[in-house]
Amino acid sequence: MTDSALAPSAMAAPAAQRRDFGLKRRHASEARFRFYGITAIVIGLAFLIILFVSIISKGYTAFVQTSITVPVEFSEQIIDKNNERATDPLKLRAANYPLVARNAVAAFLGIDPTDKAAMKAAGDLVSDSSRVQLREIVQADPSIVGQTRTVTLLASGDIDSANKGQIDLSVAEANRKVSDKQLELLNQLKEKGAVSMPFNWGLLTFGASSRPESAGLGVALIGSLFMMLVVLIVSLPIGVAASIYLEEFARKNRFTDLIEVNINNLAAVPSIVFGLLGLAVFINFFGMPRSAPIVGGLVLSLMTLPTIIIATRAALRSVPPSIRTAALGVGASKTQMVFDHVLPLAVPGILTGTIIGLARALGETAPLLLIGMVAFVADMPQNPLQPATALPVQIFMWTNEAERAFVERTSGAIIVLLVFLAIMNITAIVLRRRFERRW
Amino acid sequence: MSTGWLIAIVIGIGAVAYLMAAQKARGLAAAADRSKGEVPHSLPAYHGWFAFILATLPAIALFLVWSFATGFIVEGKITAEVSSRIADPAQASLAVGIVHDAVRALEALGLTGDKVPPTFLALREAASAAQFSISEAGADYMVTLAAEVSNDHAMYRIIGQILVVLASAGGAYFAYRQVRLRLRARNKVERVVLSTLVVASTVAVLTTIGIVLSMLGETIRFFSEVNPLGFFFGTVWDPRFAAAGSGGSEGQFGLIPLLAGTLYIAAVSMLFAVPIGLMSAIYMGEYASPKVRSIVKPLLELLAGIPTIVYGIFALITMGPFLRDLSAALAGGTPFIQAQSVLTAGLVMGVMLIPLVSSLSDDVITAVPRAMRDGSLALGATRSETIRRVILPAALPGIVGALLLTGSRAIGETMIVVLAAGVAAKLTINPLEAMTTITVKIVSQLTGDLEFNSPQTLVAFALGLTLFVVTLGMNIYALYIVRKYREQYE
Repeated sequence: MTDSALAPSAMAAPAAQRRDFGLKRRHASEARFRFYGITAIVIGLAFLIILFVSIISKGYTAFVQTSITVPVEFSEQIIDKNNERATDPLKLRAANYPLVARNAVAAFLGIDPTDKAAMKAAGDLVSDSSRVQLREIVQADPSIVGQTRTVTLLASGDIDSANKGQIDLSVAEANRKVSDKQLELLNQLKEKGAVSMPFNWGLLTFGASSRPESAGLGVALIGSLFMMLVVLIVSLPIGVAASIYLEEFARKNRFTDLIEVNINNLAAVPSIVFGLLGLAVFINFFGMPRSAPIVGGLVLSLMTLPTIIIATRAALRSVPPSIRTAALGVGASKTQMVFDHVLPLAVPGILTGTIIGLARALGETAPLLLIGMVAFVADMPQNPLQPATALPVQIFMWTNEAERAFVERTSGAIIVLLVFLAIMNITAIVLRRRFERRW
Repeated sequence: MSTGWLIAIVIGIGAVAYLMAAQKARGLAAAADRSKGEVPHSLPAYHGWFAFILATLPAIALFLVWSFATGFIVEGKITAEVSSRIADPAQASLAVGIVHDAVRALEALGLTGDKVPPTFLALREAASAAQFSISEAGADYMVTLAAEVSNDHAMYRIIGQILVVLASAGGAYFAYRQVRLRLRARNKVERVVLSTLVVASTVAVLTTIGIVLSMLGETIRFFSEVNPLGFFFGTVWDPRFAAAGSGGSEGQFGLIPLLAGTLYIAAVSMLFAVPIGLMSAIYMGEYASPKVRSIVKPLLELLAGIPTIVYGIFALITMGPFLRDLSAALAGGTPFIQAQSVLTAGLVMGVMLIPLVSSLSDDVITAVPRAMRDGSLALGATRSETIRRVILPAALPGIVGALLLTGSRAIGETMIVVLAAGVAAKLTINPLEAMTTITVKIVSQLTGDLEFNSPQTLVAFALGLTLFVVTLGMNIYALYIVRKYREQYE
């Protein structure tokens, strides 16, 4: 009786326990697991945001450049005291143009010429590059000597930084690059409306310089452009030809296996090893010039080749077999089938892969360091055989400079690089969206 | 006539040959009497291409062979002349270099015959006026030799150019003569096309061979001067500087500190990247709604598209100072994390590796058959239990392969460590101090002015070969694992 009365409850208790076999704990661990996942993604995205914010916040100021517009008197006293310029053209080249610039600023501010300290401070406001700027004005038109013309001069790098508020003014005067006198003069110039902040075209056009205000990416952009051209000319035909062979013609045997393993491995070889290859083979063995975009282009071509091959093979594979059988069916030879029917359909995929490969090559730095692209090149290269630098290498070189203004330019140059990469990748995505056919 | 013009002429001859051969084939085809079974074998365009190939390929091949052969002869002449005067091989090779410079200067300035400067000094002045720099350690006989060599160059070039044009025209004529109704032009052209494709596909193999041979050669030269045991097991890295001409003073080239730094930084970066990459791949694949996935996935992949130099500078100007200041604030004054440290480099490299880990493990996880997942869920397991107890164990070999691939990327990474890890080669287990890596030392030994025959520069190739062998081993093993794993479920 008691047994039978107890029995149901005794039976029920284990049943209830079985229904509850740790569900709470398991659901908690499920929630924890999801939380880990979300945390991981948030950390990844946070780094992405920090990366962009830190680069853009440090670099956007590089796109404007403090300039000082003053009337410059091209004084005959300073430039050509003895009136020899008709007989001696060197006279105009070697004249003391920084003095001209200094006097222009001093005169504009009404500084007493006998006040040596103030005169020096006035001279330091203006970039040393004014020497070249004023010289070019005079050489273009020698009749200007003795006249006055309003010229916009670049401010020197430290003044530029100060004007942008990047120099900590609470530091004692002796420990900072900009003196109180200079700041005072700068403020006077500002009050007179002579200081402007135009868009910094120089960042995109100037060559190398040890002064931040006249250092630019011009040579690097040309060098990178030449290299991209070399990569395109070398690796696109070779990559497409290799993929066609492997995908359409090759039988599966030891030889093609070897090639496949090789391509996969080349894609994973550290980039610096390609730099060693370029140094040993192209420069030392074939005697090609150091620092030349052609060598950099060849090295980057070898690196880009696997990317292009892998993309092209995927594109060829996505062309349906019916196209091939139809072409063969109407009497095309195998070569005709591949080149006239399959390849045109694979072009969008090939182009997408090529652009992505080029974008990767554009950002590559390490191998270029070894083949001498770390060079101080101030003159624009006219062809791929002349010394040049590359965009990422220029960025790397600027990190070694001490001035505050170079930090800003480094980040500015990174923004330029990222803009180029973004344009290329967006082009690739648009190409894929627009022309990719789903069969 | 420059090489560019020569090639243009050869291609021009080829184009003419194309037009003429195609025209002839077209005429033959029009005249063929089809009722007698006279059918042309190939389209006229194939006859044209046949003629084009015969007009250009042999001529270009001849040009290459001729250039190499005459270059070799001239080189032999210089070496013979110089080594008859200078006995010491190192000095002789320097002198050969000077003669080369002199030849280049003479040719660039267009100085021949009587216009050749009588003395080396005069040549040097003339050259430096035209922005050519020649070492001052030359002698007057070098000028005579250089003048002879530049004469030889000019002569060989003219003979070569005549030969190449003749070969091109001869090939074109031969091809034109060959054009007949039944000429199997298409097959011949296609055979050339196919061999071009084969040659193109061997470039990858040639690159690998080039990498191995070039580095092996320099490495052997390095080991002829430095004891391999001292390199592989030495614990001190102190290469000193190469003094010009002296062949370099004695330095110590111990690999161990560099290898330790490389592996340490790679390990720190993996410690950071693997959990985050793996978890985000799992969340993206199992939990995230399609909408979230379509936004977050490309964003995370952006990290993979950012060049490594950008990460390096991020580490240098943001992460390093941040960690230093943070540690200074924590310790109340003196920072215990250096701006350049294993931690900084590892952390930033980890960020770079997140998308790689995530996309590789995504591939591996999606390769696990649906049935296993469904079976586990049907038995009442929660999603996380399915992932942890079923999917991850099943995907383990693939994940190990993915980790190996990621590790080889971390070991070979250069720019981040160059900017963030420091250059001091020391052995330490403190991740808050600076260490250096193999790649950093390759860069620092090979940038700047270098004396190429010194152990100080050759060591870079030994380091490069070590790096290549290590990463190649990891890659091959990883690809093998991944492939085997895929086959298991196919």
